[in-house]
Amino acid sequence: MIAPADQTLAAYDSKVEGNVIFTKLDAAINWMRKNSMWPMPMGLACCAIEMMAAACSRYDLSRFGAEVMRFSPRQADVMIVAGTVTYKMALAVKRVWDQMPAPKWCIAMGACASSGGMYRSYAVLQGIDQLIPVDVYISGCPPRPEALLEGLMRLQQKIETEHSFVEQKKELIAELTA
Amino acid sequence: MNAAQMTSALKQKFGSAVLKTKEFRGEHTLVVTLEGAKPLLKYCRDELAFDYLVDVSSLDYMGKEPRFEMVYELYGYGHHQHLRVRAAVAEDVEVPTVSDLWPTADWHEREVYDMMGIKFSGHPDLRRILMWEGYPYFPLRKDFPLEGKPSDMPDIGFTKVAPMADGPFVTSPGVGDTVTREPRSRRPVE
Repeated sequence: MIAPADQTLAAYDSKVEGNVIFTKLDAAINWMRKNSMWPMPMGLACCAIEMMAAACSRYDLSRFGAEVMRFSPRQADVMIVAGTVTYKMALAVKRVWDQMPAPKWCIAMGACASSGGMYRSYAVLQGIDQLIPVDVYISGCPPRPEALLEGLMRLQQKIETEHSFVEQKKELIAELTA
Repeated sequence: MNAAQMTSALKQKFGSAVLKTKEFRGEHTLVVTLEGAKPLLKYCRDELAFDYLVDVSSLDYMGKEPRFEMVYELYGYGHHQHLRVRAAVAEDVEVPTVSDLWPTADWHEREVYDMMGIKFSGHPDLRRILMWEGYPYFPLRKDFPLEGKPSDMPDIGFTKVAPMADGPFVTSPGVGDTVTREPRSRRPVE
């Protein structure tokens, strides 16, 4: 049995101290994942300007390992939907999301991406969660860079609690236990 | 020649095609017949040096006849004068394009077509410009609800009805003062 990830403890072995760390596979995988999230910047409106500010030196996303903005969805694992998703853009966002390899996460940045925001209108999708699963919603119009950093840290906390190995490598586990 | 003089000159030249002239705070407007609009606009460009078409827009007077109205905003870089030309358009009547006079009218007329459903005869490329090809409605018409109508084109686009009541950005009109109208006042602070 694999213990839940949040109950995992690391321990040093006195004989090989400094060279070997005992931990749970889930904890190790999650630790690696959460400290190296590669964002897909889906910048659609003014929120994208704040996202750019968050990536620049003053706020510095790289302190959280998320500085590698990838403009190819195939190289990204967290999509930051920053801005108003119009219906004309909606299926393009979905298509980019579908091209991202799993495991992947989604941050809905700002009021528009979360709920349509002030655009109660025929032209705007009322929240990107109608099309793709959202892990973290960030309030604000637009949110300040600090809010994006907070959202990113919340996502890191969420990734920490995932049963990443059991849930995502089911076939491998079935093969090993057969 | 300033805009007022141009207006009277146009009225003299085109006579019965000019139905009305209007002046409001230095803005001069000519209301013309649809048939007379294009020759008049051509004359404005060629003889009166209106070399810049600022905007082409349209209005929907639902319930009135004729229903629509085209509005052309003209400007001349040489003489710095503004002129507005308006022409009423009945439903299902095609408006002659002015994209051969000012190339910028190409996209403006596409927008009018997309939003209002007015068709332009002689337009080189009359497609929708904001919504996608195949979207079934004209959203700026008065009989189109603000919240939209559902539509679906697989793999291209879909629309749903937006919720108009409640939500974080909806105020309560007619209730108390501006503070109690604010959306946040309806939500108890924890």
